[in-house]
Amino acid sequence: MKTKIISVIAYIILAPIIGGLLDGIDRKISARMQRRVGPPLLQPFYDLGKLFNKQVIVVRSSQSFLLLCYLIFMIITGAMLYAGVDLLMCMFVLSTAAMFLYFAACVTSSPYSTIGASRELIQIMAYEPAVLLTCVGFYLVSGSFEVSDIAFGKFSDIIYLPGVFLAYIFILTIKMRKSPFDISTSHHPNQEIVKGITSEMGARNLAFFTLTEWYENVFLLSVLALFITNRSPVSFLAAVIVILVVYFLEILIDNCSARIKYFDMVKLAWAVTVVLAGSNIWILMLVKQNIVN
Amino acid sequence: MYNIKRSPWVLHYDGSSCNGCDIEVLACLTPVYDAERFGIVNTGDPMQADILLITGGINSQNAAVVKQLYEQMPRPKVVAAIGVCACTGGVFKDCYNILGGVDKVIPVDVYVPGCAARPQAIIDGIVKACDIFQQRLAEHEQMIKKNKTAKEG
Ligand code: SF4
Repeated sequence: MKTKIISVIAYIILAPIIGGLLDGIDRKISARMQRRVGPPLLQPFYDLGKLFNKQVIVVRSSQSFLLLCYLIFMIITGAMLYAGVDLLMCMFVLSTAAMFLYFAACVTSSPYSTIGASRELIQIMAYEPAVLLTCVGFYLVSGSFEVSDIAFGKFSDIIYLPGVFLAYIFILTIKMRKSPFDISTSHHPNQEIVKGITSEMGARNLAFFTLTEWYENVFLLSVLALFITNRSPVSFLAAVIVILVVYFLEILIDNCSARIKYFDMVKLAWAVTVVLAGSNIWILMLVKQNIVN
Repeated sequence: MYNIKRSPWVLHYDGSSCNGCDIEVLACLTPVYDAERFGIVNTGDPMQADILLITGGINSQNAAVVKQLYEQMPRPKVVAAIGVCACTGGVFKDCYNILGGVDKVIPVDVYVPGCAARPQAIIDGIVKACDIFQQRLAEHEQMIKKNKTAKEG
């Protein structure tokens, strides 16, 4: 019980720091890939600090409330994961958080953020099946949805779930809004929908959004770690390495691809989900009916 | 006071220009000149911008637009006029529709001369604007304090 409380508190405090650092590394590596010097590693924190120091402008007062809910629900999602409770429940709370973001973008009457919001819904539609299949896969292997059972199994779940693992990495690109799936918003300027879902967000609201993104990224990468970890402490080290490698891959893909049309994204995401995750789970059900990890 | 100099986000507006200066502004952000090493990010949203870069002069049609963009930006904010057109009206000065430089409608803090302004000069101008940006934060905070005491008193 004690360790659970400690890990939840550690998540709440450390996640924004780790998320911000990952963001900084992302910008630095991206710059180096384009042969630039790039911003300092701590640039995301400077940006966040500045955003909190600017004049507060709100288009609709409800937007601040909705974004605050988005942040709080995201923190709850991660806290639930680190408390070791039901993974399926975590994912449901995550979807609830995403809904708050959708509404926060909808309340402004800006056409850009409205387009961004509806595209965000399409993104949710694209990745949600794979998220659910990931949970199902974990259940088949460890016989439980509890995160504590999944994380501390006898062996790493990836042995039985290679396809699900790949599908999860694929939807991670959509979830992190990286190219080619930066459909609802973009980290780069001068695109046809300006800033998409984040346009018309005043400085302080954008700060909340950024903070939530950092929490979300840490949560998503933690779920990735569930594939690797088992009882031995060495596996946790391996998980960290896998996370860094996957994150680097995401940056690489982001830098060498252009955005695709939303419909292609949905088709591609579902095809990958069905082929990789679906067949993986199907085979698992056929071959090993009751593996208990 | 927080050091906000390290994170200037710019909003680029193209007034009545020949497009020469716009291309130079965008050149600043390309890998060759790499403005991002100062934390400069080009944003499309005035509500998230700190420095307004305007190229080209003001004509009767865009005067209202420039004013609105300026008003939508949250304090502290800085305006930089890029190129002689934005400074004074430049070669288009005597055209029937040109009102003049950007300072005809909004207060300008930094004037970057040149036709077209060189990327080096533009980055230099933005770095100058960053210092002003920091000063503006102090003014902004004082203003908040004053309003608070006025409300309490
Ligand atoms: S200053 Fe020269 S290059 Fe720049 S917009 Fe005016 S005419 Fe074009």
